[in-house]
Amino acid sequence: MNDPFSDVVNTSLWQEQPEADDPFSAAVCRASGYDVYGDLLGKIGYIDYLYLLFRGERAGPAEARALEILAVALANPGPRDPSVHAAMAGGVAGTPAAACLMAALAPGAGSHGGAREVRLAMELWLEHGCNLHQWQQALEHPAAPARTGVWPHPEHTPGFSPYGSSCATPVRQTLAALARALPHGLTGWLAGERRALEHAAALPLAMTGVAAATLLDLGFDAAGGEMLVLMLRLPGAAAHALEQQRQGFRQFPFFSLELQDDTERRLREVA
Amino acid sequence: MSDFHQLEMYEDTLETRMGQCLPGGPTIFRGEDLAGLHAADYSLDWMALYTFGICGRHFSAPQLKVLHTLWTCTSYPDARIWNNRVAALTGSARSSAALAMAAGLAASEASIFGSQPVIGAADFLIRVRAETARGAGLADLVARELVQHRAIGGFGRPAAALPVDERIPHVQALMAEQGIAPGRYLRLAFEIEDQLFDIGKPLRMNYAPVLAAVPLDFGFTLEQLHLFITPSLMAGMPPCYLEARERPPGATFALRCDKIAYHGPKARSWRPD
Repeated sequence: MNDPFSDVVNTSLWQEQPEADDPFSAAVCRASGYDVYGDLLGKIGYIDYLYLLFRGERAGPAEARALEILAVALANPGPRDPSVHAAMAGGVAGTPAAACLMAALAPGAGSHGGAREVRLAMELWLEHGCNLHQWQQALEHPAAPARTGVWPHPEHTPGFSPYGSSCATPVRQTLAALARALPHGLTGWLAGERRALEHAAALPLAMTGVAAATLLDLGFDAAGGEMLVLMLRLPGAAAHALEQQRQGFRQFPFFSLELQDDTERRLREVA
Repeated sequence: MSDFHQLEMYEDTLETRMGQCLPGGPTIFRGEDLAGLHAADYSLDWMALYTFGICGRHFSAPQLKVLHTLWTCTSYPDARIWNNRVAALTGSARSSAALAMAAGLAASEASIFGSQPVIGAADFLIRVRAETARGAGLADLVARELVQHRAIGGFGRPAAALPVDERIPHVQALMAEQGIAPGRYLRLAFEIEDQLFDIGKPLRMNYAPVLAAVPLDFGFTLEQLHLFITPSLMAGMPPCYLEARERPPGATFALRCDKIAYHGPKARSWRPD
């Protein structure tokens, strides 16, 4: 390891002033210049603080309202969602609380309904903006991925629901609420053009697509949006995990299993 | 709306070819009785079971030895390395061993080390092999990759001291000792390194292309390779976790307040709307 490394943590987000008698204990903590414990406590709402931490600036009233709506919409995808299901599997088996949340994060990070899908959808929004023709071209003729990385290739157009037969009511309700808060950006445009985009994608809009548009309107980049979505989805996972832990594993589906012969593998082995 | 929903056929019963635990009976592991996979002395090697679980086929003893070595020569118990640091900090904070290992492994899927360079190298090797089979020239493919992506995964050692990755000759020697000749992917990796030198880009191959090429030569797919390499850095983590447990709580990588170098906005007051 010959590379030069910094011996300090460089940050534009957080400043600390030590206690006079303890260099390892902070007396003052500032978030982007604001004194968190001496000034913000009691004045700032959680959503405003979240926005401040991620963006480094205060949210305007419309931004704060939109982020509030989005946070509520994403907080609990419900116990059928793979991330919440995973958290409940941890809870019901009596695993540590952190394991339940880590369990929720793993599927909740994915490109099928998870934070990765939101990130990919945000990248599509960055590419096509409010250009309906461009969107239609991209949705009707999606480009094949050039390289393979650690993420499985998405198996449907990001931002749309691969199994839905029509746009789900909560998605439409969330989009309508967000478009009222943010009528002039991508979110407002999406509310107006939803059916045209769905027709081009041959799939209904998903919550991930709504979240992607709104997060860009709020000034998040794709990486920031992905991270925030991971966090915002955790409350429901936590609450459901705790509930299942209390109820016990017999109150939770174990599913039946049908073991099939691995003939294909055996033939391969023989060959 | 259609009468049939695509997910209906996946409800209630999980159809699987992979395995089943039958309480009081045998455990089926990819179509075979797990007890039967063991010799009479229960000496089934974990790598043998792990790679059987991934690939659904058995590897020879020399291949397993090489696969073992691909792992064992890349676990460094240096707690400063970022994935090990996760494990160490977990110990320092007096959190559990499984959380330390799981988080450390997840943190090994990194871009500057760990899984991403290996998968990137494997992806390039697979693409180059396919395109050269269709008649493309290696020089053109290397040049095109550099133009399109500015770098080739697995070539260049930004954080290393030695120009030649010390693990590569070790693996080559073991393969020779085990009677395993370099396969097409491993030879291709060396040809790419030569090509980079020829065009004035002296980017030495690091360990990633070797970690990718050898399993590919054994018949692993890219997805199987990804699963194979995932635990490869894990052995370095327990020492870091344990030593952090031995230090006082919170003492590992202790930072005093003035180790935070702040570059943000000046102090300001929050004025309510």
